[in-house]
Amino acid sequence: MLVMKDGRFDDLVIRGARVVEPAEGIDATLDVRTDAGIVTEIATKVDANGHRVVDGTGLVLAPAFVDPHVHLRTPGREDEETIASGTRAAAAGGFCAILAMPNTEPVVDSAAVLGALVERARAEAEVPVGFLASISKSQRGGELTEMAELADAGAAGFSDDGVPVASAGLMRRALQYVQVTGRRLALHCEEPTLSRGGHMHEGAVSAELGFAGYPSVAESLMVERDLALAAYEGEPIHLLHLSARESVEALEAAQAAGVAATAEVTPHHLCLTDEAVRSLDANVKMNPPLRAEDDRRALLAALRNGNISAVASDHAPHARHEKEAPFEAAPFGVTGLETAFAALNTHLVEPGLLPLETLLERMSAGPARAYGLEPPRIAVGAPANLVLLDPNASWRVHEESFRSLSANSWLLGKTLRGRVRMTVAAGRVAFEA
Amino acid sequence: MAEIRVMRADVLPPEPPPRRHLISIRDLSREDVERLLATARSFERSLEREMKKLPTLRGRTVVNLFYESSTRTSSSFELAAKRLSADTMSIKAAGSSVDKGESLKDTALTIGAYDPDVIVIRHPQIGAPHLVAHFTSAHVVNAGDGKHQHPTQALLDLYTIQEEFQRIEGLHVAIVGDVLHSRVARSNVQALVLMGARVTLVGPPALLPRGIEALGCETSTDIAAIGAADVVYVLRMQRERMEEGANYVPSLREYTARWGVTPERLRPGQKVMHPGPMNRGVEIDGRVADAADALVETQVRAGLVVRMAVLYDLLTGRPVGVQAAAAVEVA
Repeated sequence: MLVMKDGRFDDLVIRGARVVEPAEGIDATLDVRTDAGIVTEIATKVDANGHRVVDGTGLVLAPAFVDPHVHLRTPGREDEETIASGTRAAAAGGFCAILAMPNTEPVVDSAAVLGALVERARAEAEVPVGFLASISKSQRGGELTEMAELADAGAAGFSDDGVPVASAGLMRRALQYVQVTGRRLALHCEEPTLSRGGHMHEGAVSAELGFAGYPSVAESLMVERDLALAAYEGEPIHLLHLSARESVEALEAAQAAGVAATAEVTPHHLCLTDEAVRSLDANVKMNPPLRAEDDRRALLAALRNGNISAVASDHAPHARHEKEAPFEAAPFGVTGLETAFAALNTHLVEPGLLPLETLLERMSAGPARAYGLEPPRIAVGAPANLVLLDPNASWRVHEESFRSLSANSWLLGKTLRGRVRMTVAAGRVAFEA
Repeated sequence: MAEIRVMRADVLPPEPPPRRHLISIRDLSREDVERLLATARSFERSLEREMKKLPTLRGRTVVNLFYESSTRTSSSFELAAKRLSADTMSIKAAGSSVDKGESLKDTALTIGAYDPDVIVIRHPQIGAPHLVAHFTSAHVVNAGDGKHQHPTQALLDLYTIQEEFQRIEGLHVAIVGDVLHSRVARSNVQALVLMGARVTLVGPPALLPRGIEALGCETSTDIAAIGAADVVYVLRMQRERMEEGANYVPSLREYTARWGVTPERLRPGQKVMHPGPMNRGVEIDGRVADAADALVETQVRAGLVVRMAVLYDLLTGRPVGVQAAAAVEVA
């Protein structure tokens, strides 16, 4: 399901890093050796054996990250991102695998479009990438795509991300078909008649600024509907980019009742609230919108306890001229691949709100499991998917620092702590700094 | 060949003061407002003279950039600038490059190339004045940005109330109608609360924005709530902003029947204000509009002197509403 360009494995010995492997319960200073793309030895002292030696002293070595939610803008808007640039950005962010959303131009709704993307990824992807296909044709919410054929052609899952599946009837049919495809449905939960025209969270800030509101209930109502349908059909679902406390409460109630629901949250929803919109900066405009402080706290609590099991960047590149516009005229979405770890390390780990090992798990195994992918591990015999982090390095985010073709980041000009020093994806060094 | 002289640092012209803008009432202090109102009053006296023009802003350039139709705001800004002897230029979106799809950024850069001292902008989108302030080096005055702010309207309304009551503090003002779509309501709530007035917003539930009480006002869906107010401020029913089928109210007819300001709903002596243009027979009964207690014409006259005061204050270096580009606050 995941594809990347051909290349040679890098045989490495990473020495003296603090190896943090939440699944294996490892947190110790160790050497790690890889051979032909596989982790072959983990010990206090490993022979170099002619391998390239990387000094990990003072650094953290963890399973590399998985981003379950990326917009690669290909096909259609290659001025904003391409498979090559987006996967380079992913590598720079510490990701060994990403999943791309199908809301492109044209929409990934046929085996032909999907096949062309897979071919392109084989030629230019720097890290493994999987492509989701749409649930409905052209994402119009009218008819299902040929999901079985798309699954055979390599679809990593199905989503109409960007727009909701407004029809409950169609949503139910899609859930029933999961029995055939075996692929996860990833749901953008938004009740369109409640969110229509909204530019930001409905609350005191929108009341003051005059923006039409996009209320929390527009999300949570759809979350409740989709959880009810998933319960009724007995199929798993994945909830994209949750933003509201009420959505978290609905998710937790359904999980307690045995519904196989997973969910993700973005760095910006964990770090910012609607107060940020007072800046009128188009780089804090996204869908779902930044919400209130109690929403942010609920998201963080659920990420900590694992009810939300995945961090997702929802990396959404936009051309500069589109964002250099009044807030209402600007499109929704911000970039995030290259800042996800540093933003969360700075705003959650350093102040003691989230343990580092929990963040590492939610950025790696958590998202992998949500889509039924093999979680990256640091274990003998496992594929070498590693990220070497310097949690103490400070850096300033600026336009030139991005590998992404777009720079619509909410972190421009900010100083963050935590840098990716090296990313090993499928046995190859995909990034080093 | 001209002689080259070395200027001593102390005879060099002083650094220009930091650029100041009037974008939102939120950026003003009570002292700023009091100073502006006092300046407006002194201009009012000067307008009573036969020679109405003052030389104060001679050599300055004021550009009016209007992306929305406007009669009173654009004309009063233009006249205010002319009364202060500034050069003025008015650009309307219709018939300009905006019609050809030019972005606001590019229009701002184009106008900025003429080095205007002030750009007065009205735009249908929130934040357009911030963008112009970002891309030009002019002082920017917000003449209305979408549903966000219309600060000079609020200042002229304060001026009108002060002239009528000799005070603002402690007065009770009821603002009636379509608060949701009204930049006038937002600016006025902030301005009135800043000056110590009590404000009650009255209207249909869907037209009272959720969370607006955080600005320090009260809300009511019952028109009887205007009964206790010293001033009843009637908002225009913004029909052009009512989306088809949005159902904020079942019908305009029902709106008028429930929330229209009629003589029967007022008590004697209550003053009535309206930012114009009025929809007689919709939000305001014609008899109310024409009654002696209506301050609508006073508002229009106040508009001129208040806008003169704003231009004067921005360009003569006193600290009014310094609007620094707000940084994104990280929680």
